Amino acid sequence: MSAPDSATPVFDKQGEQSDEARVDAAMRSFVSEFGVTTALHMESCVRCGLCAQACHFYVSTGDAKYTPIHKLELLRRAYFREASPFAPLVRALGLVKKPSIVDLERWQELIYDSCTMCGRCTLICPMGIDIAELVKEARHGMFKAGLLPERLALMDRTARQWGSTATPGEDLPDILAEAASKYGVEIHCDLAAADILVTAAAAELGEHTKALADAAKILNRIGAKWTMHQGGFDASNVGFNNGDMELQERLTRALVDTAVKIGAKTVLLPECGHAYGAARWEAAKWYGQALPVRIIHMTEFLDEVIATKQISVRKIGETATFHDPCQMVRRGGLEAAARRVLAALGLRLIELKDHGVAGYCCGGGGGVVSNQRAVPLRHKVFEMKQQQVEATGAKRLVTSCGQCRITLEMGAKHAHWDKPIESLLGLVADNLTV
Amino acid sequence: MDLLSFARGPALTVALVVFVLGTLWRLAGVMRRPRMPDLSPAREGAPANLVGALRAVVHGMWPRKEFVQASLVTTVNGYVFHIGLALVFFGYAPHIAFIRRLTGLSWPALPDMVMYLAAGATIITLLAALVSRLTNPVLRTISTADDLITWTLTFLPMITGMAVVFEPSATILARDQVIYPVPLAVHLLTLELLLIWFPFGKLMHAFLFAFSRGATGMRFNHRGIRL
Repeated sequence: MSAPDSATPVFDKQGEQSDEARVDAAMRSFVSEFGVTTALHMESCVRCGLCAQACHFYVSTGDAKYTPIHKLELLRRAYFREASPFAPLVRALGLVKKPSIVDLERWQELIYDSCTMCGRCTLICPMGIDIAELVKEARHGMFKAGLLPERLALMDRTARQWGSTATPGEDLPDILAEAASKYGVEIHCDLAAADILVTAAAAELGEHTKALADAAKILNRIGAKWTMHQGGFDASNVGFNNGDMELQERLTRALVDTAVKIGAKTVLLPECGHAYGAARWEAAKWYGQALPVRIIHMTEFLDEVIATKQISVRKIGETATFHDPCQMVRRGGLEAAARRVLAALGLRLIELKDHGVAGYCCGGGGGVVSNQRAVPLRHKVFEMKQQQVEATGAKRLVTSCGQCRITLEMGAKHAHWDKPIESLLGLVADNLTV
Repeated sequence: MDLLSFARGPALTVALVVFVLGTLWRLAGVMRRPRMPDLSPAREGAPANLVGALRAVVHGMWPRKEFVQASLVTTVNGYVFHIGLALVFFGYAPHIAFIRRLTGLSWPALPDMVMYLAAGATIITLLAALVSRLTNPVLRTISTADDLITWTLTFLPMITGMAVVFEPSATILARDQVIYPVPLAVHLLTLELLLIWFPFGKLMHAFLFAFSRGATGMRFNHRGIRL
């Protein structure tokens, strides 16, 4: 297997480390990731190539370099040289080449630009190799080496400074006050005590503040004691996507510690897939023990308040199709919840050809939406999604992840496709009955 | 010591020792890597992790319906190969006699005609896999030396085995002595090469597949993801 190819000549670097230090940092990080599950998955590949058939980047381009297991080539080399049971033999005989700085630089294209960590490849792998998780672990090493796309690095630096990629905490009260005024709804901020700590996705603190108002409208309707809080408000954990574990921990702790401080029993996550992956499944790892709070996604919350009749919604009575956000459904297990909410809204669901656990990614997950180098690839993926949506003939297209919506909206704009991409939360909030 | 005695004696011993110790070493080396416990609360109603692991092992036997079309050729080729190989190895009367000499265990043999068909099908699937590996752009991109070594060492016992089948198995077994000692020795030596290579290459998937699928099954089960 050769080193990853690249058609893109320039890759980004951060920091002033020497090339040797970058390689060493990456290798140390890779080795630290090789726990038993990772090792099993590194050992088990039979190189059947089926994973290519599941990857939206391969399927939409036909380019073999996007074969998911190929994206792990450098991690594989690191494993067999440094951590496999025969590592001393492998090194002594020079059977596997140590990744070079050039290899690592060029690897950005496969590990950041053309993988959304959606995990569809995991489903097709006959060995059950969780490639998405391995890519995430590989990104940890790339971050340590200061080798990530500059756009993601910029977001990382911002989040390290502000605790959010969108805004510093000090500006949160103003943003919320403006949204409250614009949409005519009370949005609580910085209450000293509350039962629910409500969090946002970065985009909701900028262009998409209606989502904040929508959540507030429903929370107020059920009479919840809730608040947003400067101490921890942006749940779209950019450290999770970038491979910046320190930032991931810091952002995670901000949410959990703030919830504990105000006595909240629940942290309500926004319509954001990666927020769910980072907080619901990984927060406890960073917290070091079982969490003292319950973490739920907005879709679970909507499902619960509808099921328990705390709210009721008007029947829309049209056809709809649903784009399943990967981190919520394939990686998160929330396939049924969104469908129950759609049913409550009286929407007759016409499923996409590939849906649910096996649905195709929007093409923007894992930070790819923010990665300008990946724009042409995203558009290719969008064509597949557009075809599947049109094939349903459904009147409405709904999803429950803001990042998916933004990715799909950008794709639609490029394709001059005038279908609105609707938020499940927005539909519920707009159709609340008295 | 003639070649057949060497193949049946020291070479076989060495091959079995490398196979057993190497396999145990590799499995133990993987299983003693650090464990990273998942402290997040499991999805409400999720079955025990072991159930999730076993489900994943079973589900992995056949592709999900969304992927059947894309993976049909690879899957069917794999099934025919594995079943054919198992039939030949465990069902052919001279192989059973060989295992009985080694372990004392034996079982009824399958008819020779079944064996010939199984061996033929296995060889055809191996050739198909090789053509695919050498011509398919995806497979060319991801292949390593392990793939070609493993293919060669799997193919050799099949071909050398076919080369010593001149008579019905009952006739072969009825004789007191081997009349084709060199071809038989070569056949046995190719099997021994396969055993020696087993712990070092991808043949280990014969053991690892269950652990690998099971680990992902536990992760998915914990999260309430339905495979």
